Amino acid sequence: MAAVPNDLLTVVPRGARPWLPGVLGLAVVAVLLGAFFYAESEWEVGVLLAIAAALGLAAPRVPLLASAETAWRARPRLFAWLALLAALGLIGLFREEHLALLMLATALFHIAACMGLNVQFGYCGVVNFAGAAFFGIGCYTAAMLAGHAALPTALIFVLGGACAALIGCVLLVPVLRTRGHYAALVTLAFGVLFRSFMEVNDTFGGPQGVKLPDMTLFGWALAMPPEWFGLDWSFYVNYALLGLALVAGLFVLLSRLERSWIGLALDVVRLDETAAATFGVQLTRWKIFAFVLGNFLMGVAGAMYAVMIAFVAPSSFTLGDSLILVSIVVLGGVGNQWGLLPAVVIVMLVPEKLQFIQEYRFLLYGLLVIAILLFKPDGLLPRRLRRYGTEEAA
Amino acid sequence: MDIAQLGQYVVNGMMLGIIYAMVAVGFTLFFGVLDVIKFSHGDVLMLGAFTGYAVYLGLGALGIEASWLQLALVVIASVLAMAGVGALIARFVVLPLRGAPAFNTLLITLMTGMVLRECVRLFFPAGSNPKPFPRLLPDTQWAFDGFALRLDSVLLFAAGCAAIAGVHLLINHTRLGLAIRAVAQDSETARVMGIGFESIVLLTFALGSGLAALAGVMNGLYYNEINFGMGLLLAVIGFSAAIVGGLGSIYGAILGGFLFAALQTLGAVALPFGSAYKDVFAFAVVILIIAIKPTGLIAERSSERV
Repeated sequence: MAAVPNDLLTVVPRGARPWLPGVLGLAVVAVLLGAFFYAESEWEVGVLLAIAAALGLAAPRVPLLASAETAWRARPRLFAWLALLAALGLIGLFREEHLALLMLATALFHIAACMGLNVQFGYCGVVNFAGAAFFGIGCYTAAMLAGHAALPTALIFVLGGACAALIGCVLLVPVLRTRGHYAALVTLAFGVLFRSFMEVNDTFGGPQGVKLPDMTLFGWALAMPPEWFGLDWSFYVNYALLGLALVAGLFVLLSRLERSWIGLALDVVRLDETAAATFGVQLTRWKIFAFVLGNFLMGVAGAMYAVMIAFVAPSSFTLGDSLILVSIVVLGGVGNQWGLLPAVVIVMLVPEKLQFIQEYRFLLYGLLVIAILLFKPDGLLPRRLRRYGTEEAA
Repeated sequence: MDIAQLGQYVVNGMMLGIIYAMVAVGFTLFFGVLDVIKFSHGDVLMLGAFTGYAVYLGLGALGIEASWLQLALVVIASVLAMAGVGALIARFVVLPLRGAPAFNTLLITLMTGMVLRECVRLFFPAGSNPKPFPRLLPDTQWAFDGFALRLDSVLLFAAGCAAIAGVHLLINHTRLGLAIRAVAQDSETARVMGIGFESIVLLTFALGSGLAALAGVMNGLYYNEINFGMGLLLAVIGFSAAIVGGLGSIYGAILGGFLFAALQTLGAVALPFGSAYKDVFAFAVVILIIAIKPTGLIAERSSERV
């Protein structure tokens, strides 16, 4: 940040090639991520984490790295496409690795769910401590519909989101009428309620959970290994691509939403309700919009996740899981969609890789979040001000 | 349902109520002085119970057998230790985040709770198994027409009431309480008047955490079992109780605690599906109450209104 004195006045010098350091930076990130999935032994993972941490700490001070960030900010659309290509490249590289692809797909579906949370309290400031419950509603909807009704899979995904949004509407009255800690309690209580309801209810499988059949999306058999380009693929590649498509689609949708007058209205509601109301911004309308949209996104992500793991049980939707989703958002930087990427790697993937700390992982991860909140409270990638009037505004 | 069963439900409900109320009073104290929710409160309670258990084992090893002495030492050690832990959490986790969004404080204390929980699970000998908490109270029973009232329940209930009454007296009738109320009302002015802000905050956190430790030991004495995960649900319930009653008010916390226990008992007794849905029922009613009275049953005196 020190190298970029003022966000609004950053000028990219004419004639320079601002994209070159950006491409290099992206390549470094992709290589690190690839090496991370490839790494087998724990010390390899440790070395990679050390490198990533060193790069992250050095980034604001080393001119080359800082200019990579400037380049990303100057051409966000170009680099979003490049990032998508890099992700496709990673999926292609690990096409036969079940575990790596499963981890990648899990991470992607959780990123999508966190995007929903980001809309809620990143943009509009509506707290939600029941993320795992809404994710779970999507999962259970998919499980019930897939087991008992012959609906197209795409419709099941949408209905998963719709159910989450609809059930979330029950909470609208208390959420809208309360503020701060009182609103936090409403969602917290709902999360606990959802989990205990699913545990004691026989209709939805009870504590043993429900299995899902194999699904086909528009003729694309999701649970079969594909036969593209005459190569061997793991069937998880389907889900990784599905997750990537979801995240990429949401990314486009949400960054446009953020830049639009809707995003501005949501920001005003978050930052100062009184000022917003004074200027004729309808608080109720935008809070409902953000809460329902966020729950919908979590439900869709949950439905897709359930189809992937083909098994849903209440023990995956505890308060702890809701906290994991919230931690990902806070670690990444509230309101910044890009921040979800490093955060999801730290919170969900690193413990999977470091089996020797498996026993201690909740302890270490709790300490890590405490340290981040104490020393870097804006998250790893803090949200920046919008920049209108650049090439991207056209 | 016969009268014996009903009596049993009422006694159970009262015990739950007093424990919830003690947890909720802690939440309300912290909220009063610092406008924060310290979610590690439930895990401090759990740690208090484990400290008490460890002290009991230590006393057994030293050959001290008198159960009243054991009880006194267990309670004193656990309350003092948790008062210290509470002050440490306030000093190193909660106070540094002053000025950050309330949400960050909520999250950091949730994580602190998780760290405490994990520490007990990993580092207490066989910490992941439930531990049998000793029966240190006399096991006299009075039988009324098929329903047995245990003396220890009565003693525990009285102890809980006395602790809450003690906190209430301390807050309302001592110089320290005056300072706490001053900080709660307007910390800037309190500072100008020469009140040491930080020491009052630390003392308040020590007070609330000591109360939680007592609640933890009481919980152990009543159920004769403690486990590392008992704090989380108690924290959620205590928080609900404090919110439903109205944050910042001790009476609200007591009311909320007993209300939640009553809802759980009612859910267990009256619902057609049996006791499985008692938590679902209690939390659903809590959400409903919040929807109807968004500032809790006893509202803060100066709520932010536009």
